[in-house]
Amino acid sequence: MREKIKIGKIISQLFLLFYSIVSIYPLFWLLLFSLKNNNEIFGGNIAGLPKHWKFENYISAFEQAKVLDYLGNSVLVTSITILIVIILSSTAAFALERMIWRGQKTMMKVILIGMMVPIHATLLPLFMVLKNLHLLNTYWGLIIPYVAFGIPMGIYITTSFLSSIPRELEEAAAIDGCGIFKIFAVIILPLVKPALATISIFTYISSWNELMFAVTFISKQEYKTLTVGIMSMVGAYTTKWGEIGAGLVIATIPTIFIYILLSEQVQKSLVTGAVKG
Amino acid sequence: MKKILSDKRAIVLFLLPTLLVILLIIIIPILISFYYSLLNWDGIGKGTFIGIKNYVSMLQDERLFNAIKNSLIFAGLSLFIQLPFCLFLAILVANGVKGEKVYRTLFFIPVIISTVVIGQLWQKIYNTDYGLLNEFLQKLGLSFLKQDWLGQETTALLCSFIPILWQYVGYHMLIMYAGIKGISEEVNEAAMIDGATKGQLAIYITVPMLKPILKVCATFSLIGALKVFDLIYVLTGGGPFYSTEVPSIYMYTTIFDAFHYGYGSAVSIFIILECFVFTILLNLLFKSRREEA
Repeated sequence: MREKIKIGKIISQLFLLFYSIVSIYPLFWLLLFSLKNNNEIFGGNIAGLPKHWKFENYISAFEQAKVLDYLGNSVLVTSITILIVIILSSTAAFALERMIWRGQKTMMKVILIGMMVPIHATLLPLFMVLKNLHLLNTYWGLIIPYVAFGIPMGIYITTSFLSSIPRELEEAAAIDGCGIFKIFAVIILPLVKPALATISIFTYISSWNELMFAVTFISKQEYKTLTVGIMSMVGAYTTKWGEIGAGLVIATIPTIFIYILLSEQVQKSLVTGAVKG
Repeated sequence: MKKILSDKRAIVLFLLPTLLVILLIIIIPILISFYYSLLNWDGIGKGTFIGIKNYVSMLQDERLFNAIKNSLIFAGLSLFIQLPFCLFLAILVANGVKGEKVYRTLFFIPVIISTVVIGQLWQKIYNTDYGLLNEFLQKLGLSFLKQDWLGQETTALLCSFIPILWQYVGYHMLIMYAGIKGISEEVNEAAMIDGATKGQLAIYITVPMLKPILKVCATFSLIGALKVFDLIYVLTGGGPFYSTEVPSIYMYTTIFDAFHYGYGSAVSIFIILECFVFTILLNLLFKSRREEA
């Protein structure tokens, strides 16, 4: 019996090891070919380590392909989006969950509908609206839609978090004579910090990686985010695998960095996001 | 207290921006989309109102049917192959193997990486002349299997779905893993005392108790499959010969490449309804199963 369990353990361990390689090896391979020159890639050394480490690919990606500009745009768009989503989700969740007024439930339903809508359906009308407002090819043309599709989830996460916290602190503050804005800023905001962290991570992943809006709303070089930028880089560099690889690695590094720092939190956030309904 | 909390001015201030954004960016565009779907319109000038004609032509549109069929194939693969596999992984990892946390962390990495990166990477894996896949086949002495994976109709569809399935294995696995960890130890211990083996434990205790979580995963992967866009857009753009086209790609090319704004909008309304109907169906299915049990 004990023998049997031992063998089972070894087999499952081997299987998990095998699948770990399946999950990670493609990314490792990407890192490898981003450091090779074309002679190696197209000359038989496809899978192995680079013989000559070609860091120039990265320099070329930065200088000629302007990956640094794309990176900057992505950082700007993503961080403003996160900031606005956090502000709007926390204020709206406070009003929906803690304040007293008629129509709260209906309002909550309207907001949650936003979570079910596939973003594709809004693509064309949004394109027309942004065009008429002259917001195509601007940062706001991306930030506003990202915010809109980020807040329903944000509100959902914050209200459910808030509903699990007793109201005593607020009541005490009210008795002490605090106004509504002070209660929000001094009591509620610090309390919902964990929910806001979850929202930030969730919003980061979805807006950093978003492709369809970015491809449709942005065509000017100077406003391209990483996803669009890399798509056009691929178009221009078809045969330069090394440079493309370098671009892909640069686009991935910030995410991996955040993940290494906060892996538990990131996993938890995305799972919370899925188990929303 | 009550007076402070029913401060109308504060409520408006707290909610108005959110409401405006959701109204202007999500709800009104869908209504506009519906209006566009009743037009014959090429995007230039004003369209002509043609009623439900676009919807009628959808009924005879083979390209649309093909796209729907592809997305259903993908949903099937996801529900019947990916999810059981994820469940299997989750049970293994949650069973107290060494390096539990490491596996969880590793499997999850593809989930957070941009679809553009994943798409470009897999395009290179599938490359006919220099791709990793063909290279492996050659090393294994299986050169006769080498082919243009994404370039021919017979293999393109499956090959464009594999990266998406691969990317999200860690996601579903983690959700299920969290669910398994939520099952109380006592239940497991009681079953073990009654002489259940680990396999029996998984089949008779873990899986039934995991039903609500499995429902979440199933809904998520079904809806995800019906909406899939990014990876196919990057990998094949729907080609060759529409063989990898899915509804959202079809909608996109109809609007932005063929300039059939009206018809494309009808397809987008169809996608919304399709997602809605399938979500309800899945809910009913799980509900009736539970009542039987």
